[in-house]
Amino acid sequence: MNPALANPAMNVGAAPVGTPYFFYGLAAAAVISGLLVITRRNAVHSALALIVTLLSVAGLYLMLYAPFVAGVQIIVYAGGIMVLFLFVIMLVSIDRTVKERQFNRIWPVGLLASCALLALFLSAFSKGKSWLPDRLTQLPEGSNTQQIATSLYGEMVRTVQSPKGQYVIGQYTFAFEIASLLLLVAILGAVIMTKKKI
Amino acid sequence: MVPITTLHYLVVAAALFVLGTIGVLTRRNVVIVLMSIELILNAVNLNLVAFSRMWGNLHGQVFSIFIVVDAAAEAAVGLGILIAFFRNKETINVDEIDLLKW
Repeated sequence: MNPALANPAMNVGAAPVGTPYFFYGLAAAAVISGLLVITRRNAVHSALALIVTLLSVAGLYLMLYAPFVAGVQIIVYAGGIMVLFLFVIMLVSIDRTVKERQFNRIWPVGLLASCALLALFLSAFSKGKSWLPDRLTQLPEGSNTQQIATSLYGEMVRTVQSPKGQYVIGQYTFAFEIASLLLLVAILGAVIMTKKKI
Repeated sequence: MVPITTLHYLVVAAALFVLGTIGVLTRRNVVIVLMSIELILNAVNLNLVAFSRMWGNLHGQVFSIFIVVDAAAEAAVGLGILIAFFRNKETINVDEIDLLKW
């Protein structure tokens, strides 16, 4: 019998079973559906492939012990932004665009530039390989959502002087408020630009 | 089997990023160009979360949440511009949008 299974205390530091298979599966799903996004003729098919990419990336976030980011990815991206995209495809997509040329005239240049970018990335990775640690340290299982929420919203700290608790601003609270301002501006911009008469 | 390291995630993110740039540079349909931008932002998010895991702190995850906010704002404004443009010109091809070209 596997000693790690017999004794739960030994399981803490053990690597999760089957992780590489999950990683390669999710990575292949993400890259293949990403390829489908940029090659499909019909924009609806592209949107569906993009949803598969987003969900696979959410799975990769879960493997990186980032459950909150994975949840945000599924709710905001796959649930919100993609619905917006599908709505706009339904509003503007005309049959003409499916029939005509899909790539612009300078596509070889774009492809070449992107391949050069990929070569640059890969050479940087192979040069910087020694700088990266050769294995990921084992983190304790469990959610770190509380820590993220504290750094975004701030927290109530109880001290002897103020037993009811005093609000302490978090590290990213200011940036969080600026982000809400950005969203407000984006809502206003989208509404004003979509309106026929202002 | 080789254990999964940060480098594996970086390679996947680089592949997604390059796919996004190919989409931006070669496609004619504006909706698909915007989707390619979403692919690029996702690749950056994956990098940030992988580095956050590597260093064992949460700053990268908080940053990636801000990037998701940014992507939502960008998609809303971009699609608003697209609808306004489609109403005027009846096209969604990038190379027919050349009013500001000289």
